[in-house]
Amino acid sequence: MTSLLLNTLAMAGKAPMESPAWDGFKNLVNALSVPEVSLPLIFFLVFIPMFVFYKWWTKPAVAALLGIVFCIFYFGSMLIDYDYLLIVTKADNVPITIMLVGVGVTLWVAFRRAAINDTALAQGKPLPVEGKDDKVLVWPDLVYTEMLCLILGSIILVVWSILLRAPLESPANPLGPPNPSKAPWYFLGLQEMLVYFDPWMAGVILPGMIVSGLIGMPYFDTNPKGNGYYTIKERPFAIFTWLLGFIILWVVLIIFGTFLRGPNWNFFGPYQYWDSHLSVPLTNINLSDYVWVFGLKQPLPDNPFVREMPGIIFVIFWVCVLPVILAKTIMRKMYNQMGMLRFAYMALHLVIMGMMPLKMVLRWVFTLKYFIYLPEFNLNL
Amino acid sequence: MISSVFDYIRNSQVWNSIFRHGIPRDRRTRVMAVMSNVFLHLHPVAVRKSGIRLSFTWCMGGLTFFLFLAEAITGVLLMFYYRPVPERAFMDIIALRSHVTLGLLREIHRWGAHAMIIAIWLHMMRVFLTGSYKPPREFNWGVGVILLVITMLLSFTGYLLPWDQLAIWAITVGSNMGKATPGFGMQGPLTDFVKIGGIPFVTPRSDAAFILLAGTSVGENALLRFYVLHCIALPLAAAVLIAIHFWRIRKDGGISGPM
Repeated sequence: MTSLLLNTLAMAGKAPMESPAWDGFKNLVNALSVPEVSLPLIFFLVFIPMFVFYKWWTKPAVAALLGIVFCIFYFGSMLIDYDYLLIVTKADNVPITIMLVGVGVTLWVAFRRAAINDTALAQGKPLPVEGKDDKVLVWPDLVYTEMLCLILGSIILVVWSILLRAPLESPANPLGPPNPSKAPWYFLGLQEMLVYFDPWMAGVILPGMIVSGLIGMPYFDTNPKGNGYYTIKERPFAIFTWLLGFIILWVVLIIFGTFLRGPNWNFFGPYQYWDSHLSVPLTNINLSDYVWVFGLKQPLPDNPFVREMPGIIFVIFWVCVLPVILAKTIMRKMYNQMGMLRFAYMALHLVIMGMMPLKMVLRWVFTLKYFIYLPEFNLNL
Repeated sequence: MISSVFDYIRNSQVWNSIFRHGIPRDRRTRVMAVMSNVFLHLHPVAVRKSGIRLSFTWCMGGLTFFLFLAEAITGVLLMFYYRPVPERAFMDIIALRSHVTLGLLREIHRWGAHAMIIAIWLHMMRVFLTGSYKPPREFNWGVGVILLVITMLLSFTGYLLPWDQLAIWAITVGSNMGKATPGFGMQGPLTDFVKIGGIPFVTPRSDAAFILLAGTSVGENALLRFYVLHCIALPLAAAVLIAIHFWRIRKDGGISGPM
């Protein structure tokens, strides 16, 4: 695929330019793409406005313009940078591009229809599409659609398979790990979490809680509205939280893990060469150091539980006390509607999910390594 | 001439024994077409017009099922050419590429697997955004979540089988997480306390990662184990749950719409 693309570009006289004309742009994008800059930018400049202005940006003309800008940026970058071209056209990364486009298009359809429905609901009118109760026969209407999807799916799959060889690297060598060693791309959100958490959290607890949270969702979401049609206004908290998890903490982190993490899991901008000799100083500091050494100006206590008491108190507060505070204050209405058990289940998952952005921000701002550092029990959080 | 041949076939005993209704042209025969066919009768006879619009379902659930079938068919064909032992596995994959007629099998299988993961995520997003997991469909959403996990495990176990660098190191990264399981992995928190009469219950040869890999690292036992999981255990589990998933769609009222 890469060579095919390179040859095509070369024949068109458009081999990836490494000319200095683009250096300013590339350096800017590289600088902006470090997680502590890009994740807040994505959250505040893309994710939040996506909800606030959803009736505006989903208009076909605006959405088309946004799509074109994205495509120019995403695909056009291949023309100006060789390192970026190599990453995006790597065979196993091609599905990520497809996922990205797929998520974008489907989000647009969903938000568009939600905008139309919400406008109708606000005016007290019936839902324009879902509101109609007319039925059609499965044969031919549904069977026809299914067959078209089947044919189209087959064609796309076969063409994709003809154009793109399934990746195969050198034979397995148990003594020679590649650098970086990466899990399959759909798990890279979790591998990216390894930067902030130990494996028992990132690899066991977090995925476990994703599954238990998803399965429990229909039981603790007691909002009877928005059942069977697109809407945002009738269930803003559910949709915001769920999409925050799926879009930011899953899809975006997959992009980070595949495109922007190079040798030794160091961060590299999209237009940066993956230098395996780059050394990044490890300057992260535990909460116990902050409290005892920097705060109280004394050596760390010998007893590990005394030493880690600040972190233990914080984690107990975050997991056990914070849900109670939420239930008494901003989520009082939700608590009354859901009841204790449902609320406890939901809030536990919510605060654990909240721990991910919390730890990320604390890492960026205070270079915090662990809340609790108990290597005596392999228990670091 | 030709039409009379067709008429003869359509009126023959063989044809009528297979299709017990006429050409589905009117309402009665269209209903019959769905009800008298084992595959089509997964559907109800009539559905909401708004529910089957492409902009409502995106057909992602259907595509996921289509990809599952494509994976099953190409997977069976791939099993003819592949031996799950370290000495053979990699060369068998090379042979698939160079010697086998229509050598697209592995490509279709691999890209189909990736496409299936994407389709299942988008399907879930659609079901979530339309609130279709809400009563009475709570249980079916849970079945769907298990199917998501199985699909990702299917893809994960299949990732090892080519036995190249990409394969063993991706699986090493993934299975290292097993070593960190609290209480059950050697490097996991609190594992030191899991003892019976002072004897450690969890050892490097009995922890969670060992159970997954049948070894302390990704080796020939892991290859065999992942092969059996990939070709037998997980697809069977998926097939059973897919049957439940589809059956429950009908029992819970078909494609969702406003209550």
